[in-house]
Amino acid sequence: MFKKTLLAAPLAALLAVPSVQAAESIKVGIVLTLTTPASIIGKNMKAAYEVAYDHLGGKIGGKKLELIFEDDGLKPNIGKQKTEKLIKKDKVDFMTGFIWSHVMGASAPVALKAGKIFVSANAGHSLYAGKKCHKNFFNAAWENSQNPMAMGSLLNQRGVKKLYVLSLNYAAGKQMVAGVERTFKGNIVGKDLVPTSHKDWSAEIAKVKAAKPDGVFVFYPGAWGPAFFTQYKQAGLDKTTPLYSVFSVDGANLPIFQKRKMKHLIGTFNTMFWAPDLDNATNKRFVADFGKKYKGQIPSHYAAQAYDSLMLIAAGVKAAGGDASNTDAVRKGMEKADFASVRGKIKFGKNHFPIQNFYSRQVINKGGKWQLSVRQTVVEDHAPVMSNECKL
Amino acid sequence: MNYVLLAEQFFNGFQLGIILFLVAAGLTLIFGIMDLVNLAHGTLYMFGAFFAATFVMLTDSLILGMLIALPVMLIAGILLELTVLRTLYERNHLDQVLATFGLIIFFNEFFLIAWGPEGTGINLPPYLSGTISLPGGITVPDYRMVIIVSGLLVALFLYLLVSKTRIGMLIRAGASNREMVGALGINIKLLFTLVFGLGAVLAGFSGMIITPITQAESGMGESILILAFVVIVIGGIGSIKGAFIAAILTGLIDTMGRSFIDVALLQIMDTLSAETAGPAISSMLIYILMAVILAIKPSGLFPPKGA
Repeated sequence: MFKKTLLAAPLAALLAVPSVQAAESIKVGIVLTLTTPASIIGKNMKAAYEVAYDHLGGKIGGKKLELIFEDDGLKPNIGKQKTEKLIKKDKVDFMTGFIWSHVMGASAPVALKAGKIFVSANAGHSLYAGKKCHKNFFNAAWENSQNPMAMGSLLNQRGVKKLYVLSLNYAAGKQMVAGVERTFKGNIVGKDLVPTSHKDWSAEIAKVKAAKPDGVFVFYPGAWGPAFFTQYKQAGLDKTTPLYSVFSVDGANLPIFQKRKMKHLIGTFNTMFWAPDLDNATNKRFVADFGKKYKGQIPSHYAAQAYDSLMLIAAGVKAAGGDASNTDAVRKGMEKADFASVRGKIKFGKNHFPIQNFYSRQVINKGGKWQLSVRQTVVEDHAPVMSNECKL
Repeated sequence: MNYVLLAEQFFNGFQLGIILFLVAAGLTLIFGIMDLVNLAHGTLYMFGAFFAATFVMLTDSLILGMLIALPVMLIAGILLELTVLRTLYERNHLDQVLATFGLIIFFNEFFLIAWGPEGTGINLPPYLSGTISLPGGITVPDYRMVIIVSGLLVALFLYLLVSKTRIGMLIRAGASNREMVGALGINIKLLFTLVFGLGAVLAGFSGMIITPITQAESGMGESILILAFVVIVIGGIGSIKGAFIAAILTGLIDTMGRSFIDVALLQIMDTLSAETAGPAISSMLIYILMAVILAIKPSGLFPPKGA
């Protein structure tokens, strides 16, 4: 897609009809992390945007759709620069993507000030669901504490009484802990938030062993996961204490876990608003076409969010009769969210965050490929708890 | 007091200390003898991790893979010294910092491209994936015990090398007075190349043995580098003995801090404050230790004689 847009620009100039071209096409700027170790997530989402593009037939509201991808390098200042570039130079109509809360926090104000509609496809900073909500800000994923709240409920349902909590010591890590503490009814027997530079959990794992909990709650996304889960097994804890994770065992890193033969993760539970085998027609088509596009891989929830983000934008433009510049009409259309979502149904609260179900999922080995399989609905129609703080 | 936990945390702290020692030993030699600030020392640790992971995968044997990776580390270290670092000895520290920082960026990006963003890892063979039970209900993972034992063997080897051999004599002399060693007709260039190669092997070895625990990924060297600098400042720059004692001390204090500070704070403040202050204080502990030691002994615990 990089190449496509790079080629398309000079080509349009050659054809000498750039003004007509600009009016005819709808441009969506997408900022993802496409370099650094975190690019696993970015590439997964990029493939999903491309699947959504194909499903839309390259058009929204009868107009040509153009996706322009940029890399934030996992740095807030670069994310902000790329957002400025997309708005000023490429003159995009919409901004979406954004994996990290801190990158989003630096970039969203730029887009909102320019009057653009901004759709976060992952970053779920709590503030934007409450006090900092904005009429042009949408989130097609979740608010940070929603999923751990669902996990708290799952822990209650599974009869866990003594829980040990492990997370990372930064904004999202603390919001995860706050989430599980809000709903878990048992006793939290220990809690460690480790610095993000941490890769050796020897001290924390010894504490878990001494506390003898009947479950361990874990938030170790991305590169922390493989290291932590390996050490958990080396200490022999996999045999005594079940792991319950959020955002740590997902479609993006399951192929890595499988490659490293971390069999003790099979059968472990996590929670999420979506699963690759969630039973609805849109999801089946999405999962099948994603595999064709992306080395036979099963999409992650990141990919599902990216897909819904573009479909949400398309629904808004369609409702405005193809006029992307009519922001009010587009926004109204997006609020209605009349499109086929991979979640089955989707609706948005007044803070423009999804009100959605959360499911328990289990890691299974199906046909030699590790994947997440939906088990049951843990909470229905869940809205972020800070929704009432939003004055829209 | 939970004595089992205390004992287990002692082993954990000791093991962290061993890893720190292996990185710091090379760093202190290179800094102390060659007067070279090598920020890319953490990069050598990353080299070891990726080399070992690759050779273990190719040979399907943990021991064989690491045995191949060790001489490869020596060659890589010597090549790096001959091509890049040799040109930096006459420059000032700022130039050295900039150039070696450039090496960090170059190699981080190189490993990212060559091995992919997900990095790589080493799976432990079944005979090392269990735990050892010690008297009193203490259990320690087999592999962490292997790290402790192999690190101690390396420390013993270094002790014998430095105190009992001719090359060790030159190293000690170099740490005390570099110019005088050169003036006495010793081939100082060759000595520097050997010292750098030795440092590379030590850093690489620690990267190798930690990979089955933490996995190998681009950029893994930087966090250990900061700790290694703390260790050599505490121990006295140029002193292997200082590096060993300071590394074990740092490992124990860091681990004990992470284990018991929050519990201790709960005695004097409410839960919320203890939860916030606990991680903050425990990650500061080793820097506090460094500040205290610098205040009392500005050149570290065991400065080389004459330095």
